[in-house]
Amino acid sequence: METWEEVTFAGYILEPGNAESYKTGDWRSRQKPVINQEKCTFCLLCWIYCPDGAIIRKEGEVEIDYYHCKGCGICAYECPSGAIRMRSEMEGE
Amino acid sequence: MMARKVLALNGDEAAAYAVKQCKPDVIAAYPITPQTIIVERLSDFVADGELDAEFIAVESEHSAMSACIGASAMGARAYTATASQGLALMYEMLFVASSFRLPIVMSVANRALNSPLNIWNDMSDTMGARDCGWIQIYNENSQEVYDFTIQAFRIAEDHRVLLPVMVCHDGFVVSHSTEGVEVLSDGEVDSFLPPRDPVYPLDVEKPVTIGCVGVPEYYPEIKYQQEVATKKSIETIKEILREFNESFGRSYGIVEEYRTDGAEVALLTIGSISGTAKEAVDEMRAEGKPVGLLKLRLFRPFPIEALRKSLSGLKVVGVVDRHISFGSCMGGALNMEVRAALYEMKDRPHVMGFPTGLGGRDIRVEHFLKIIDELLMIAEQDALEEEYKVVGCRGPGCIGP
Amino acid sequence: MRGIVEVRFHGRGGQGVVTASRLLAEAALLEGKKVQSFPAFGAEREGAPIKAFTRISEAPIYIRSQIYTPNIVVVLDPTVIRSERVTEGLKDDGWLIVNTIKDPEVLKEELDAKAKIATVNATSIALELLGAPRVNTPILGTLVKSTRLVKLDSVISIIKSTFKGKVADMNIKAVERAYQETKIKGV
Ligand code: SF4
Ligand code: SF4
Repeated sequence: METWEEVTFAGYILEPGNAESYKTGDWRSRQKPVINQEKCTFCLLCWIYCPDGAIIRKEGEVEIDYYHCKGCGICAYECPSGAIRMRSEMEGE
Repeated sequence: MMARKVLALNGDEAAAYAVKQCKPDVIAAYPITPQTIIVERLSDFVADGELDAEFIAVESEHSAMSACIGASAMGARAYTATASQGLALMYEMLFVASSFRLPIVMSVANRALNSPLNIWNDMSDTMGARDCGWIQIYNENSQEVYDFTIQAFRIAEDHRVLLPVMVCHDGFVVSHSTEGVEVLSDGEVDSFLPPRDPVYPLDVEKPVTIGCVGVPEYYPEIKYQQEVATKKSIETIKEILREFNESFGRSYGIVEEYRTDGAEVALLTIGSISGTAKEAVDEMRAEGKPVGLLKLRLFRPFPIEALRKSLSGLKVVGVVDRHISFGSCMGGALNMEVRAALYEMKDRPHVMGFPTGLGGRDIRVEHFLKIIDELLMIAEQDALEEEYKVVGCRGPGCIGP
Repeated sequence: MRGIVEVRFHGRGGQGVVTASRLLAEAALLEGKKVQSFPAFGAEREGAPIKAFTRISEAPIYIRSQIYTPNIVVVLDPTVIRSERVTEGLKDDGWLIVNTIKDPEVLKEELDAKAKIATVNATSIALELLGAPRVNTPILGTLVKSTRLVKLDSVISIIKSTFKGKVADMNIKAVERAYQETKIKGV
């Protein structure tokens, strides 16, 4: 890690938009959402509701960014089609 | 060269006049006795079109400093003034300003803190703020207030420094005392103080993030970097002072010596009280007593080297504080600092503290004569009985009234 | 304090005591002297007794305490004499300048003062010329006449640069009138 001579001036962050390069998902609750693409109607409610922006919009379908997903279950609760199910981390995958 | 103008200005007016010539972009202030005149004059200058600055009349000192922080972060030249309770209310933001390394200049008309309610002069306010990471300059009279306000902007904005500066003058005793002040021409100030050249201004084209979280893995590195910058700033301050002296025919120093030739004992003073103390030194010298005086200009960063040099060879030093650091071992902060600075010195003088002139108590030449008598006695006995004694206070253990 | 002339002004809040002290300092500054002018920093209230101080010197002035042994005492309001010891510390060879209807001889006896005394009815001059009992400018006329501390011209120049138009003119008239009507003991 940087010494006091190497850290930026007064700890300023000098590169803008660097949040993208930060991986913040080193933890999740003991469960994670799994999408059943068959049931999904691409209504995008999960995409709106996810507090972590962990639902990724793709061409005609949604995907979950498991690195940032915190496993809160909001997406599963809000999905009108029952397309998201919370599964225990222990259940394989 | 044309003779310079000498204007009749009190300390506050001298500060306002200097600030006007330094052309700040933003002034954010809340009036509080005894600095009110500064802010009044500056708002006049802005209203009359003599100064092209954004004058923000804020609702508190906390906001005044916050506004200055924002303005300075944008790259503006920012200024404010305050005193006593106002500085106390600013306390939180003082650390933010210095930790962001923002060049902000602030005049402080030194005044006691409540309670009991007191609007008069002492240094409880700025001495309490000594660890906020600001450079602190103390002035004796209106001329010094004028000269050092101009230098403060140069110091603060120098890329080797980039720290906020407090320019202190004693409330009422200097702030409300009219004296002749030799002012520089606008051109002279312009040549000494170029426009600010900000290093990392907030800019949507080139964004930076200021004031983010500093986790324990980074906080010490960032703080030590600030400490090194603060300590090193003394070299830049000296350099700027030298340039100012040479350009404008002044003779200021970081530690100023008065009649110290052959002195065995000396007073070490700060601020306007130095003037009255010099009179006492003159009287003692007339009687053949080996007495001198040292005036400290800079309290932060503390000029350890200069002080050690000036104090070596003396037998006794009487340190005149203008506040009490309650429960500390040495009465006042200046006395603590001086003693600490001398601790490792061989043949160090005895050091005794004299917290003086609290809450506006008028300190006279006679008080200093008593202090000097005490110092001469210590020199004779080569022993110190007490670390400090309050001066200008009735009752046992004090030098009154 | 070699060569410093110290002046103490007594009066009441609202009478322009501080202004008188400052105008005197500015007049001396105009003559190239070193000066200092400051009020006694009290809780200022309209009508309360207040003090202000002026120091004038050829050499730089270091001292910053209040003035305890003045060379000159100026009393703008004769009623403060009842509550304030105006002559306290006044040098024996100094001057006491009082706005009063009394003659200097009478005052000298009343106050048992050793110093020289000059009086003037500055209140009537101010009421007549300025329309209000602002005695701070006329009393300077008497101060100049008796002590010669600064030149009358210097006081007039400072009044011109401090006040505007008719106000300046009337204040100058008041100074000149007081200068002429000054009563000095034995003169
Ligand atoms: S579980 Fe929570 S965090 Fe994860 S995708 Fe669903 S709403 Fe977002
Ligand atoms: S809320 Fe359910 S149906 Fe709608 S997009 Fe998300 S997963 Fe598909």
